[in-house]
Amino acid sequence: MSETLTWIALFGLGAITVLTRGFFMISDQPLPIPDWLRELLKVAPLAALVAVVAPEIFMTQGHVITTWQDARWPAALAATAYYFWRKGILGTILVGMAVLLPLRLGFGW
Amino acid sequence: MSWTSRLRALAADPDFRQGARDMASPSLGLAAWGLVTGVTMVKSGLSIPLAMGMSLLVFAGSAQLTALPLIASGAPLWVLLATAFCVNLRFVIFSAQWRHYFGHLPRWRRLLNGYVAADLNFVYFVKRYPDPAPSPQQQRYFWGGVAVNWPTWQACSFAGILLADRIPTHWGIGFAGVMALLGLSYSLLTEKMLWWVAITAGAVSIATYSLPLKLNILCAIVAAGAVGWWLDARKARR
Repeated sequence: MSETLTWIALFGLGAITVLTRGFFMISDQPLPIPDWLRELLKVAPLAALVAVVAPEIFMTQGHVITTWQDARWPAALAATAYYFWRKGILGTILVGMAVLLPLRLGFGW
Repeated sequence: MSWTSRLRALAADPDFRQGARDMASPSLGLAAWGLVTGVTMVKSGLSIPLAMGMSLLVFAGSAQLTALPLIASGAPLWVLLATAFCVNLRFVIFSAQWRHYFGHLPRWRRLLNGYVAADLNFVYFVKRYPDPAPSPQQQRYFWGGVAVNWPTWQACSFAGILLADRIPTHWGIGFAGVMALLGLSYSLLTEKMLWWVAITAGAVSIATYSLPLKLNILCAIVAAGAVGWWLDARKARR
């Protein structure tokens, strides 16, 4: 794509961000929200988070990992243990990375 | 009141501060993710101004990462926009919930709020206000979160853009973002039933991962919703 065309594309993508994030808020009248969507909304935050996290921990290049020599699962396990011990998110991040980095840089996992 | 004193009053507001404090706890993960996104934009061939423009205009990490190979390969504009729309479908679902809280605002405010409301804003907001009805302190709480989320993301994204060649992404620093979301997921598991919802979402997301356009995330939300509905109905019958 040329520079100009790419700028146009970027404005278009920005418009998509506004359109999707504001979708049910565009109209002044509330759109009728079907019952099934209402049910879905109750679990949507949790489900969306887990749906992003699970493949990042258990998959490599589109396939479920088959080796235990992967730095991510011990990191996730340690982070999980920390979370249920202390409940802090910052600590969870730090513990996870403290396990991940040595395994990855030291052992090449 | 002058705008500086209004700003100062806002910064001292307890709801605003709470919103900012809540958003600060996963911000290290957010920072790592922004950094990696910044590096990826430059590595995929965008010039520095374009990469900065993308970060500021689009402000949606997963849509940006999906759009990059399409821009690089010169895909038609409508394909690019349709792809971004699909990747952002979860936000369409979230917006139905935002409407309950922001529906009374004028349209430009509703859309502005929607535009800056990323995943983390939604998760924290709904966690704090589970009852879907507007209340006066909500706006300040919301903007407190945005005041941390937006600059953190942009600053780290810019750092990634400018230092693209010096940041060792092969170390896996982006995993810090995953750890932030993992901790946040655990904090939402307030009922036993929700464990089953989470397990369903994770399993379905992995099982449908090969679908294009990140539709696995949508499948996971729908499946988790079905399981949640079924467990709720079963509990009600007892």
